[in-house]
Amino acid sequence: MTNELDYLKRRAGQGKLSRREFLGKTSALGVSAAAAGTMFATAVHAEGPKKGGDFKIGSVGGESTNSLDPAAAASQVPYHNNYQWGDTLVGVDGSGAVTNILAESIESSADAKTWMFNIRKDVEFHNGKTLTAEDVVKTMERHSNEDSKSGALGIMKGIESMKAEGDVFSVTLKDANADLPYLMADYHLMIQPNGGMDAPDTGVGTGPYKMEVNEPGVRHVYSKFDGYWGSDAHFDSVEIIAINDSTARTAALQSGQVHAVNRVEPKVAGLLDRAPNINVMSTAGPGHYVFIMHADTAPFDNNELRLALKHAINREEMVDKILRGYGSVGNDMPINAAYPLFDTGIEQRAFDLAKAAEHYKASGHDGSPIILRVADGAFPGAVDAAALFQQTAAAAGIPLEIKREPNDGYWSEVWNKQPFCASYWGGRPVQDQMYSTAYLSTADWNDTRFKNAEFDALLIQARAELDGDKRKALYSQMGTMVRDEGGLICPMFNDFVEGVSTSVAGWNGNPNGDLMGGQMTRQCWFA
Amino acid sequence: MHPIIKLVVQRLSLGILLLFAASAMIFGLTEALPGDAAQAVLGQTATPESLANLREEMGLNEPAISRYFDWLGGIMTGDLGSSIVNRLDIAESVGKRLGNTLFLAFWAAVVSVPLAIFLGLLAVRYRDRWPDKLISAITLTTISIPEFLIGYVLVYFLAVKMGWGTALAMVNDSMSLGQKLNAIALPVLVLTLVVLAHMMRMTRAAILNVMQSAYIETAELKGLSVFNVIAKHAFPNAVSPIVNVVMLNLAYLVVGVVVVEVVFVYPGMGQFLVDAVTKRDVPVVLACGVIFAAIYIGLNMLADIISILANPRLRHPK
Repeated sequence: MTNELDYLKRRAGQGKLSRREFLGKTSALGVSAAAAGTMFATAVHAEGPKKGGDFKIGSVGGESTNSLDPAAAASQVPYHNNYQWGDTLVGVDGSGAVTNILAESIESSADAKTWMFNIRKDVEFHNGKTLTAEDVVKTMERHSNEDSKSGALGIMKGIESMKAEGDVFSVTLKDANADLPYLMADYHLMIQPNGGMDAPDTGVGTGPYKMEVNEPGVRHVYSKFDGYWGSDAHFDSVEIIAINDSTARTAALQSGQVHAVNRVEPKVAGLLDRAPNINVMSTAGPGHYVFIMHADTAPFDNNELRLALKHAINREEMVDKILRGYGSVGNDMPINAAYPLFDTGIEQRAFDLAKAAEHYKASGHDGSPIILRVADGAFPGAVDAAALFQQTAAAAGIPLEIKREPNDGYWSEVWNKQPFCASYWGGRPVQDQMYSTAYLSTADWNDTRFKNAEFDALLIQARAELDGDKRKALYSQMGTMVRDEGGLICPMFNDFVEGVSTSVAGWNGNPNGDLMGGQMTRQCWFA
Repeated sequence: MHPIIKLVVQRLSLGILLLFAASAMIFGLTEALPGDAAQAVLGQTATPESLANLREEMGLNEPAISRYFDWLGGIMTGDLGSSIVNRLDIAESVGKRLGNTLFLAFWAAVVSVPLAIFLGLLAVRYRDRWPDKLISAITLTTISIPEFLIGYVLVYFLAVKMGWGTALAMVNDSMSLGQKLNAIALPVLVLTLVVLAHMMRMTRAAILNVMQSAYIETAELKGLSVFNVIAKHAFPNAVSPIVNVVMLNLAYLVVGVVVVEVVFVYPGMGQFLVDAVTKRDVPVVLACGVIFAAIYIGLNMLADIISILANPRLRHPK
C-alpha cells in the first residue's frame, strides 16, 4: 500500500492527479478523506511551484469597451486584468482573513476610527517609480473624491480624511468601522503611481505582470515584471482571452487553447469533469441569485404577502434544477457560511405551501396577478427559475405573472426600478459591507427598499464592535430581521464553477471571486 | 460624358447621401434605446454621484443634436473621434477589427465564390442527374442549418475530438499568414457552407434560363462541347444576376457574421458593434454603422456596374 500511496503522492505533486481523484484513489487504499486531503496538499507543495510557462485564461465578461482604468472595472475580464498589473493594499484569502499585500502591517485606534497601514518599502511600479504612501493616498482620493466615477465610490463614503506620514497611510473615518481593511481589499482599489490621477488607464502598477498587449474585448497579454516585489507569480506570461460564449469557452479549454475558464455552465460541468485533461472546480461563495421586492411599494409593502411568496418558493428544486447541485439553498438573507461571523443557528426557511397560502390569505391581496420581471441576463437560468417559482406559487394559490424583459438595459431600466424582479448579487467579503451596500435605509443600492431604523442602528453598532462574539450576535439578529421582514427572496447561493487544465497545479479556491479571487496567476504554476 | 462615368458619379453621390441618412438614423435609434453610456458602464455599481460624474466626463449632458453635429463635423475632417467609454481612438480600434473582418471575408470569398460558381456550372452540365441533385441536396442542407450549429458541430468534431483545427479563431499581428490561415480555417469553412447554396443555385438558375436561347442551340450545332457552351456562351450572358447574388453574399460576409464571430471568438467588427451598442458607445456605433453601410452600398454599386459592363445592351444605350 505504501508504494501505491507514494506513487499517488508523486502523481499529485506533478499535478497529474486532481484533489478529487487523489481522494478517491487513496480512499480505495483505506486512507480517510481528511488524512488524504492533508497528504494531497503536502504532496503538491512538496514538489514546489515551478517557474515559467505561458498561462492562458478564457474569461466571460470582456467587451471591446473595456478600459484598463481600475475604477471602471465591472465585469470579469477587467477584474482579472486589475490583478495582473495591480496590487491592492490588502487582500482577503480563501478563509476570509485579511492578508497584507502592499501594506506590511495594519494598526487601528481603540475606537476603530483611525487606521494606519504601514506601506511596504522598496516596491517598484512598472514605470520605475518607487511606491510611497503618497501614491496610496492619491489612489484612494481618486476613488472617493467628488469627481469620482469609480465602482468603489459606494464603499469609500465613510472616509473623513486620509493622509500620508512617512511610510504610513492613515485613514480617519466618520464612524467606527472594524472592517475597514476589508474595504481596502476591493478590486477597484489598485494602487497606481500618483493614484492614477495623470493616466488612469495605462495599466501601470506594482503587480507581478506588466501589460504588453491591450486589445479590449479580444485579449490582454502580460509578461512577468522583473522588479516584482513578491515571491509568488510563477508564469513567464499571462494572457486573458475574452470568450463570452460559454460553449466556445469550454471548447477552448478542451482543445487546450486555454488553461482555465470561468463560468462553466452547471449543465455541462459534469460532462466536462469527465474529460481526461480537465478538472472542474467548484467553490462555494457569497454570490446569490435573488428575486427582489420593493418593500415600500404596493402590494409588496405588506409583509404577509412577502412571507407568502418566501414560503412559496422551492429552494431545493432550484438548487437542483437551476444550479444542478453547484450551489446551496438560500435563507432570504444575503449572508451564508462563506462569510466570517455567520450564525449557522438561524432556522432555514422551508418550502411550505400551507404556510404560503395562510400568509397569502392574511395579506388580503385582491387576487390580481403579481408581476415578476425577469431576463436571462439577471442570472443564468433566471427565466427558468421564475417559471418554477410561478408553478409552486400557483399551487399555493398565488397568481404570479412573469414578464420577460430584454437583457439589454436590464440593469438600468428594470433592476432597482421595478418593484419585483430577478437579480443577482456577487456578495462582499464581510457582512457589514453586504448590509451597508444594499440593506441600509440610505444605501444607493437598497434594491429591496428595506428601511428599518432598528436595523440601521444595529448595523452601525456592529461596525464599531471589536468583540467577535458580540458582533456575531448582532449580525445574527440583523440577518433574522432581513429574513423575516425584508423584501429579499433568496432561493440559492451559486458556486463558482470553473474548468482548469490538469497541467496547472496550486489551485486554492477563494470565495471572494472567480478563478481563486483573481489570484490564480499568482498562486498557480505549471506542474 | 460617357454614360458609365455618369452613372458612377450619380451612384456615388446618391451613396453619400444615403450614408448621411444612415448615420442620422443610427444615431437616433441608439439614442432612443433605454439607458445611456454612463449607466451601461457602471451597471449594478452605479451611484447617483458616480453617474453624474461619468455623464459629465462623457459629455452626455450636451443635447443630442449638438453631439450628432459634433460627430458629423469630426468625420468631415476625417476624425472618427474616440470611444466615450474606454477613450481609445476609434480609427485605430475599428481599423484593427475591420482588417480582421475583411481578412476573414476575403478568404471565405476566395473559397466560396469560385466553388459556388463551379458547382453551379457542374449542376447545369449534369442537370437532373445525380451530380446536380447531390450538389443541391448538400448545399441546401448546409444553408438550412443555423450557422452557429454548424460552427459548434465542427468545433466539437474537428477541434475538440480530432485536434485538427483550433476552437478559437484568435488572430493577431504577431502571427504569420500561415498561422492566421490555420486559425481561421474553421470559420471559413462554416461561412463557405452558409453562403454556398445561394450563389450556386442562382448560377444554376441563371444559366439554365440562358440555355433555352437560340444562340446556345447554334453553339451546340457548331459542335462545341457542353462545358464550353456553358462557360463561353451561357455564362457571360447570365453574369448579371450572378454578380448581384455574389455581391449580396460578400456584403453578408462582411456585415452579417456576428454569430460566427461569437462562436469562434473571432475579433471582428460584428462583436465590436454589439459591445458598443450594449454600452451605448454612440461614436463607435456610428463609426461601425457607417462603415457597414458604406460596404453595403459600395458592393451593390459594384454589382450594378459589373452587370452593365457585362451587358452590351446596357453598355451602349441608344
